[in-house]
Amino acid sequence: MVIRTDSPVAAAASPTPRDILCPILSLANNMGASQSEHEFKDLAERTGFSLDQIKNLHQRFKWLTNHQETLRQEDFEKVSHLSLNPIKGQIVKAFFDKRNFGKHEVGLVEEIGFEEFLMVMSHFKLPNKKLTDEDTEDVRTEKLRFLFNMHDTDNDGTITLEEYRHLVEKLLSTCETLEQDTSLAIADAAMLEVARITVGHMEPHEVYEGITFEQFQQILKGVQIETKMNVRFLQMDTTTMRCGK
Amino acid sequence: MGNWSFLVQSVFIYLIVVLLCKSNGEIASSLDGLSTLLPPIKPQEPGDSGPQPFPDDENTNLPVFTMDYPRIQLPFEITLWILLASFAKIGFHVYHKITIWVPESCLLISIGLIVGAIMHAVKEEPPAVLESSVFFLYMLPPIVLENGYFMPTRPFFENMGTVMWYAVVGSLWNSIGIGLSLYAICQIEAFGVQDINLQENLLFASIISAVDPVAVINVFQDISINEQLYIVIFAEGLFNDAVTVALYNMFVFVAELPVFKSVDVFLGVARFFVVGLGGVLFGVLFGIVAAFTSRFTSKVREIEPLFALMFSYLAYLVAELFGISSITAIVVCALTMRYYVEENVSQRSCTTIRHAIKMLATISETLIFFFLGVVTITTDHEWNWGFILGTLLFAFIWRGLGVLVLTQIINPFRTVPFDYQDQFGLAYGGLRGAVCFALVFLLPDTINRRKLFVTASIAIILFTVFIQGISIRPIIEYLINIRRTHKQETISVEIHRRVMEHTMTGIEDICGQWSHHYWKDKFKRINDRYIRKILLRDNRAESSIVALYKRLELLNAMEILDTPNGDISAAPSIISLHDEKKASYRPKKKFLASDLKNMHEILSKNMYKIRQRTVEYTSKHALPDDTKTREILLRRHSTIRRSLRHGSFRDPAVARSQRYLSLPAGESLDAHFPPRGDSRSETDHPLARTRLVQSMRSSSSSSHAMRPLRRLGTLQETPLAESSGRPASVDILNERSSVRYSSSSSLRPPSRAASARTAPAPTPRHRLSSAAARNDAEWETEEELEEMEELEEAPRPPRPSWAADSTQTRNPLLRQTPRKNP
Repeated sequence: MVIRTDSPVAAAASPTPRDILCPILSLANNMGASQSEHEFKDLAERTGFSLDQIKNLHQRFKWLTNHQETLRQEDFEKVSHLSLNPIKGQIVKAFFDKRNFGKHEVGLVEEIGFEEFLMVMSHFKLPNKKLTDEDTEDVRTEKLRFLFNMHDTDNDGTITLEEYRHLVEKLLSTCETLEQDTSLAIADAAMLEVARITVGHMEPHEVYEGITFEQFQQILKGVQIETKMNVRFLQMDTTTMRCGK
Repeated sequence: MGNWSFLVQSVFIYLIVVLLCKSNGEIASSLDGLSTLLPPIKPQEPGDSGPQPFPDDENTNLPVFTMDYPRIQLPFEITLWILLASFAKIGFHVYHKITIWVPESCLLISIGLIVGAIMHAVKEEPPAVLESSVFFLYMLPPIVLENGYFMPTRPFFENMGTVMWYAVVGSLWNSIGIGLSLYAICQIEAFGVQDINLQENLLFASIISAVDPVAVINVFQDISINEQLYIVIFAEGLFNDAVTVALYNMFVFVAELPVFKSVDVFLGVARFFVVGLGGVLFGVLFGIVAAFTSRFTSKVREIEPLFALMFSYLAYLVAELFGISSITAIVVCALTMRYYVEENVSQRSCTTIRHAIKMLATISETLIFFFLGVVTITTDHEWNWGFILGTLLFAFIWRGLGVLVLTQIINPFRTVPFDYQDQFGLAYGGLRGAVCFALVFLLPDTINRRKLFVTASIAIILFTVFIQGISIRPIIEYLINIRRTHKQETISVEIHRRVMEHTMTGIEDICGQWSHHYWKDKFKRINDRYIRKILLRDNRAESSIVALYKRLELLNAMEILDTPNGDISAAPSIISLHDEKKASYRPKKKFLASDLKNMHEILSKNMYKIRQRTVEYTSKHALPDDTKTREILLRRHSTIRRSLRHGSFRDPAVARSQRYLSLPAGESLDAHFPPRGDSRSETDHPLARTRLVQSMRSSSSSSHAMRPLRRLGTLQETPLAESSGRPASVDILNERSSVRYSSSSSLRPPSRAASARTAPAPTPRHRLSSAAARNDAEWETEEELEEMEELEEAPRPPRPSWAADSTQTRNPLLRQTPRKNP
């Protein structure tokens, strides 16, 4: 794993002789951490992240927000690689979606604090060792719910055809040679496919309204999402790593 | 069935007899055999010299009938052996249940044992296949190529670290562990094998550390084991062979050294890396050359498949020439080449390549297991209880220990750690097979206990293949609950997987971490931007979603073409009805409700038939069935697009000749389609419709506004339908449309706009699928569609939501309903 060069500490430390600054920096960090140590422990309990991971993510959060308390949508523009992501909009929006904060609320917010940031990130956390079957199922449901919410933009409990088409169009937007109709055709086919898998035979007068969450779970039954949708968050403190080398 | 099996058996027995009579190189005995075939020929006198073309008194006359057996002996015998083994395979599959519970390799070995017993009884020599480098030059490459070519690439690269860890370190672990343990056994005087020194023990251990999980792979495939375990076992077996061969060569060299210096150890390690990395290098090199060559073969389609095969083989041979790992070379070559070659060559060539590789590999493998059985009986054995039992025991123990220890080390680095069940699968799946067998026969005669080694190797192969191979299925199915995946190949899954990957890449970007997903993304971008441009003729990047979609569409189309559908047979009558109606504007009454229902079903089913099948990663003995005849599909698309573009479908020469391929000969197409005079109204309709749709769209959200004119092209299919509005006579449709009416009138404006917008979209869908079915199904379905649209439209004035309604007929699933909770 490589540490980004645009990480805050590197930016701060690079012009000065690092050997001298390192102890000072880490000391400063520790002081800052000790102030919010209690807060972090609290967060760690709730999100399941380790303390180190939270510290790391906090660094990143501070860098994203320019040391403000809250994160706004524009702040994500700083992440240059994100602009290459075809579903950038959805990803960013997921950070401001109340449904992902675990509080049973709906709607979008303008800006989020570090806690919400962590809550969103926690959807991608590696599951802790030794999960029972029920736990695995829970993790799975939670991750699927996150994906589902990304698609279900209006929060009506179903991914409608329109939402699905929008998604597919975004996904295929990187293929510039694709004919316009194709992405729609694919979205339609996928929708039909879901209908066929989940509902089975439909009478002509019946109407398929959209993918509900249960159906969403059903179609993704074969994908080991609990093992695949994981990001390895850095365990170690990047500051000490940089200094220690 | 009974007849078949009898036939197969009789042919099989016949072949055995023939073969036994033939397989000896000596002319005398072979002529004995011939006499059973061709009784009129007199047996040759043993004293006669050389091939006697015609065993007549004097050779003065021109021989009327000649025979020159020695001339054809070698290829003749090879052919017969292959046939015999292949017949055996047919035989197994006659009783299908056998192959489920007993792996094929077991059956082949058993047959080989029987043949060997017969040969032994008649004092025949076994075929000379394994006594030279035949195995390494001719039998091994197809097997390895097949494994490499059909390796599931994505899971492989996702688990590459683990695979290499097990393959390289695991092999070393096994070799050294077993070697040292056996050396300890050899020190026990009671067994009487003190003369085997350490080097020879290590050499032997390196031979038997090559695992060959063919049988296990088949079992895992059947019960759809989880992807990670599957790929690790699969690829481990492959690269492990490479490691073993490298180790073997090293130890053979070492075993013959009179004195063993410490510098040799370092040289050995260095050589090990040179061998491995050199193989990778050659593989990549030849893979790229093959891909690049395939860019220019579009004019010589007949020999296209050859390039892929020959370059792989060349990679193997050149690697062999320089003494580097040829297995690695050919595997890497296949991996590199496959993606680009398959994109470049035509569909048929692609199928041919796959078939050829599968076929050659199957032949090789069948023969090897078959010979294993034969040789087991016919060679001289040296049995030593202590050594052989020790071998079995230590091979088992060290494999288990190795998996346990290596997994503990690798697990912290894995996103998905292997649990104990997985580890059991890994350990128990360590069967020994072909490579082990071949290597031990290639042992130089200078090894003084060669016979013992041969016996011990055969013992461990038979033990693992029979005991472990047969028992692994019941164990995994009933005792041990290894995680399984029920993988479906559907578009939805592909879409969501892509969404997931993009999301994770995005999250990693946001966290400022570079890892797995980042590098994958990076590679994909480089690939799209540079590599594809160089290696591919048609270098437009294609999303995996689109590729899958095309493939499924195509499969669907081929299914429709293949199966004569009973429902569709009703179509000609529909056509005639259609004509009748067009000519006279009579309301037609002959349309039965049941017919309409049938049509509905045909339409909705044929649009996209979902296949829920488990993905076969690499079926050992069958081609993967994703025969994506993309060409046909593309041709179809273009045909239909042409025929449906504005007005051009009026051009009978272009459109009809392609669309009505399946009409009976001599029947005039135009007779069925009287010229439609009212083209004005036809063209008016879609425009009006589009305008309506557009006006609705403009009132809707911004995402709609982004693509204002997209529907135009698709709408033009409808002119076919609207020759005019005619009163409908079918009750069921009227009812339905009225129901729909009420529902759509209750729509609130935004969602109505949405439904109007989405309405025409199924048209391309329909077109695609019907397009693919052109030959048979398409024309009826299209006519049916026309009917339905007419029937639907007739009783009411056009209004914004009607477009949606007419779509519902085609595809009831895609309508949008009023939202319950806005």
